[in-house]
Amino acid sequence: MIHSLFLVNASGDIFLEKHWKSVVSRSVCDYFFEAQERATEPENVPPVIPTPHHYLISVLRHRIYFVAVIQSEVPPLFVIEFLHRVVDTFQDYFGVCTEAAIKDNVVVVYELLEEMLDNGFPLATESNILKELIKPPTILRTMVNTITGSTNVGEQLPTGQLSVVPWRRTGVKYTNNEAYFDVVEEIDAIIDKSGSTITAEIQGVIDACVKLTGMPDLTLSFMNPRLLDDVSFHPCVRFKRWEAERILSFIPPDGNFRLLSYHVSSQNLVAIPVYVKHNITFREGSSQGRFDLTLGPKQTMGKAVESVLVSSQLPRGVLNANLNPSQGTYTFDPVTKLLSWDVGKINPQKLPSLKGTMSLQAGASKPDENPTINIQFKIQQMAISGLKVNRLDMYGEKYKPFKGIKYMTKAGNLCQFRLH
Amino acid sequence: MSTGALYNDQGGAEAAVEAGQESTPTSSGSGAAFGLFSADFKKNEDLKEMLESSKESLKLEAMKRIVGLIAKGKNASELFPAVVKNVASKNIELKKLVYVYLVRYAEEQQDLALLSISTFQRALKDPNQFIRASALRVLSSIRVPIIVPIMMLAIKEAAADLSPYVRKTSAHAIQKLFSLDADQKEQLIEVIEKLLKDKSTLVAGSVVMAFEEVCPDRIDLIHKNYRKLCNLLVDVEEWGQVVIISMLTRYARTQFTSPWKEGAMFDENNEKAFYESDSEEKKGHTEEKPYIMDPDHRLLLRNTKPLLQSRNTAVVMSVAQLYWHLAPKHEVSIVTKSLVRLLRSHREVQYIVLQNIATMSIQRKGMFEPFMKSFYVRSTDATHIKTLKLEILTNLANEANISTILREFQTYVKSQDKAFAAATIQAIGRCATNISEVTDTCLNGLVLLLSNRDETVVAESVVVIKKLLQTQPTQHSEIIKHMAKLFDNITVPMARASILWLIGEYCERVPKIAPDVLRKMAKSFTAEEDIVKLQTVNLAAKLYLTNSKQTKLLTQYILNLGKYDQNYDIRDRTRFIRQLIVPSEKSGALNKYARRILLAPKPAPVLESSFKDRDRFQLGTLSHSLNSKATGYQELSDWPAVAPDQSVRNVEIIEAVKEWTPTVGKTKQPKSDDKFYSDDEDEKEEEGSDSSGSEDSSSSSSEGLFMYFTMQMFSSCLAAKYHFPRQPCLYQPSMVAVQVILSNSSDHSLEEIHIGDRSPASLSIHCFNTIERLEPEASVTVSMGIDFSDSTQAANFQLCTKEDQFSVSIQPAVGELLMPSSMTEQDFCKEQGKLQGMNETSATITMETANASSQAISKQVLSVANVGVVSSSQNNFSRFAGRTVSSGALVLVSLELKESSTALLTINTEKTVMASMLLRDIKQALTQA
Repeated sequence: MIHSLFLVNASGDIFLEKHWKSVVSRSVCDYFFEAQERATEPENVPPVIPTPHHYLISVLRHRIYFVAVIQSEVPPLFVIEFLHRVVDTFQDYFGVCTEAAIKDNVVVVYELLEEMLDNGFPLATESNILKELIKPPTILRTMVNTITGSTNVGEQLPTGQLSVVPWRRTGVKYTNNEAYFDVVEEIDAIIDKSGSTITAEIQGVIDACVKLTGMPDLTLSFMNPRLLDDVSFHPCVRFKRWEAERILSFIPPDGNFRLLSYHVSSQNLVAIPVYVKHNITFREGSSQGRFDLTLGPKQTMGKAVESVLVSSQLPRGVLNANLNPSQGTYTFDPVTKLLSWDVGKINPQKLPSLKGTMSLQAGASKPDENPTINIQFKIQQMAISGLKVNRLDMYGEKYKPFKGIKYMTKAGNLCQFRLH
Repeated sequence: MSTGALYNDQGGAEAAVEAGQESTPTSSGSGAAFGLFSADFKKNEDLKEMLESSKESLKLEAMKRIVGLIAKGKNASELFPAVVKNVASKNIELKKLVYVYLVRYAEEQQDLALLSISTFQRALKDPNQFIRASALRVLSSIRVPIIVPIMMLAIKEAAADLSPYVRKTSAHAIQKLFSLDADQKEQLIEVIEKLLKDKSTLVAGSVVMAFEEVCPDRIDLIHKNYRKLCNLLVDVEEWGQVVIISMLTRYARTQFTSPWKEGAMFDENNEKAFYESDSEEKKGHTEEKPYIMDPDHRLLLRNTKPLLQSRNTAVVMSVAQLYWHLAPKHEVSIVTKSLVRLLRSHREVQYIVLQNIATMSIQRKGMFEPFMKSFYVRSTDATHIKTLKLEILTNLANEANISTILREFQTYVKSQDKAFAAATIQAIGRCATNISEVTDTCLNGLVLLLSNRDETVVAESVVVIKKLLQTQPTQHSEIIKHMAKLFDNITVPMARASILWLIGEYCERVPKIAPDVLRKMAKSFTAEEDIVKLQTVNLAAKLYLTNSKQTKLLTQYILNLGKYDQNYDIRDRTRFIRQLIVPSEKSGALNKYARRILLAPKPAPVLESSFKDRDRFQLGTLSHSLNSKATGYQELSDWPAVAPDQSVRNVEIIEAVKEWTPTVGKTKQPKSDDKFYSDDEDEKEEEGSDSSGSEDSSSSSSEGLFMYFTMQMFSSCLAAKYHFPRQPCLYQPSMVAVQVILSNSSDHSLEEIHIGDRSPASLSIHCFNTIERLEPEASVTVSMGIDFSDSTQAANFQLCTKEDQFSVSIQPAVGELLMPSSMTEQDFCKEQGKLQGMNETSATITMETANASSQAISKQVLSVANVGVVSSSQNNFSRFAGRTVSSGALVLVSLELKESSTALLTINTEKTVMASMLLRDIKQALTQA
């Protein structure tokens, strides 16, 4: 299925290649570079590119293109999903997935890729199995390895691959047994200029960090499972049990994993926790424009709105902006025309604002559109949908684990205010 | 220094690394280059030395550097002899890196690669399954044609290996061998056929992949395995699921009749009504219609549905396409929500999913209409995502929602991404033609856009307006005049050409303006783009025909300019037009018709989606994404008019079930087994309760020869009895079916009876549905499935009522962990031959005289174990065959009658523990009366 993989950096250099069948010349990437040149933005490179003898399917993550070479029909999502899984694995192993990290760990990368695919077909993609096969590099281990000459390839054989719970390592032992669950919800919304919501939806995930000895069997129940409209599970969750009782019952993988992602039914009205007051005007004939933006919190149940970041793509005619923030700092890039304002925490008593003037290109006609504003924020200890975990129980093991649940709400990638 | 740097680049990475290590600055450039060159040379030498040294750590270090070279695409093939020697190293990491190297370069160094083969051959016999598997993996990855026979042999052996992991590897090896030597196809198909029968979830995905690669047309191999694949599907790893689902989609299209027969009377209203109701309930309705869905068809749909909840986007997409291609029309919409969910995934995933939604939304607006807002464009989307969303929104537009969509489009037109704004204008044009109510509104809106400051927006509007005017040219001279005024300011060639065409086409409506425009064009003709020139010539010709008095000279001037144009298309066109319109001696005949040719009413262009006929490709495929047939694309066949024989999918196991009635020896009794696969779980439950009523069932079943019965009272108020009905379990093939009869012996009714915690925790039980209420003195029969994993360890679980809970323990007798397997006497002997040695357990027994006849023996053995009778030609032999439920291992029981009443009882199976237990049980049954 997947013939070869090329990693291409932002400047268009191939810095790693791996072949699972016979070698495909790296000149095949020329077609990719062509498409890359045509695209105005790095994101605009089409994910599927046909060439005379091959097909190139690529994903872009962390400013690295992962280009897979395909020779015959295969569901494109199969390849895309796999490539993303590769990136996730690298991130898991090296902390970051950058060109430098990959180059530094080229041997581990190669060993991983070798285990993940056999003849182009995915073999072991569960991070728990991979970690049994190949130990992630840590500073300590690297030192020990250099001194003792031992290796980072696991001595044991990957028994997990055969068990009924392939996602869990065997023989897990911890002195402190703990299980943490983070309920993170993201709001995606489009708000029009009068402040009314065009679309708004909440999607959430429950990320878990479980460090429990042995083979624990956990159940997690919610106070209000009806809120969850559409869910997708980690393979460990017993689907039948969820169908019947709306209880999550599972034997968790060891370490960090995403237990569940969900969508909150769209019937529930979503209250956007911030509002924007704006007044951006360009006058005809004048080379000056006024800029006035104020943020305020809304329905946050007393929780503070933190890490607020406002960004906006100003019209092309704007030469520079001379603004005065009441708090935080702002930057304006005159080349990309990107304005970003790092607000920080919103204090309801003293609302943050950004006021000032913009200078426009002399002689140019006034820009006929107002920009859109993207907002990012975080609210700790609150799930905006109101989802609450009822209880977490453990069976199958004797000890008492430490359990913790954290809630957080943040803006999704697409929390957007239209000012036109 | 600069020269040095230059050499560094050319010398490649190893040189660069080297330069970094000995960064002694040299003043003379040439000297540095020379030094580097020798260092480079020495470097490979030192790798060789390192590899040949006796220190493991040095070798490892060398291999790591070599892998680094391979990763960068540098050639390291000259080290082959030194590397290959380390193939038998004890160090696992070293060995793995050598494998990486070997697989990469074996093709280039075939002779030397042969040196390593014997190592792998040895490892193939290793007692450790992982070593066997990894040896096979590497051996089959070495692309050296000479070793094809060795590979073939290894694959065949591995396919029969006891370890499912090794069998999985052999399935992968099949594809590798096939791509190396396609002549082996026939032999490989045999192996595939064998592996398809495998019951392990590990193997299923890989072998189907091999099937797809080697012999996708041998659909007949699937029949017998169809139901098994459907049932295993949920437990197969996610990548295998994708492959199996796409193969089963193809299979189903050849084997079942179309569920869309009623599609003719299906309309949007029907569909809307369906949104409210739950899909599960609706399924029953199919039965009422004349079309009856094949139970196997239903089985596939039912078993794939839970996979819509998968975290793997490829799995979700493949289930969605399966429903699209196979499900009755009204059921397809259950995939909508999941597809919309995928839109929150990565950009690339969005791209593919949107493409598929675009195709779906053309045929079935209703499916995605409720989710219209999910397709609203965000300014942060990539351009190709934006255009796809636009496409979908346009497809979804109808009379009811068009005003909302147009309002949304208005904001898009103002977008700073001008290419996207232009695409939006196209979309508005499409909406205007599709929905006649809004044509005028759209047209007015577009005319307003003509005064937009941005050129691309104006140009696109002109082009779209031109198309719209063509559809209803009657009363729009105002717009044409307006556009003629704008003409001077527009520079985009396509827009200029469009305006010229419009003026020419409707020149009689704007008699004053048209000649003036032509005059301007005559002035600027030489500076125009080709398409504009062509339209100018057209305009001139049309005006010449309608208004020759004013334009004769102008036309001739333009035709003269065109005659000497650089572009031959324009020269051609000019020549043609001149002959056509200017009367001369030669062109007499055609000249008369010039007016009819040039000013004929032209059909309006149809604005339609570029996804219109993409559904000729199977959704979710690469071909669909590219809109052209990719190599190796398997066409999805049309539904057959008449369904092929359904019985081909029947498997022996099901026939064995029919031995329910106590007639010994007759294995083949045709009886409909449809019920086992019919839709509703309720139905199954009913089936059970038909025979219930606690007392009768116990008495009737104790008569039944094959029943094994146990009773257990465990509480004063709730009594439960269980027995093994010896049916294959409906929930999962690896489970043993257990029927539990619950009766309430207390004086108050019990509520919410269900199964609680279980131990061991990994025990998989298919629970019965919670019983809401059980009246005093009433009893109910429920069926459940328990996977005992072929051990007689008791399954413990909690049986809970609303107030109370009791622990229950079900201890299976070893004979109940089997299921009958029917085979011929020859097969039996063949299989027995394979299970010799430590897999054989035997004992000589002295039987009770009453048991000496073969009927009596059968009766006794069958009472102990759930096995099938093998018809025997020899009188003194009785043979029985079965498989373990969970792992499917063969269990063969044979009894050889000796003189008087002694007999030799032999059991052959790889499950030796079970064998000895079974031996004990059978012995007991036969020696006692």
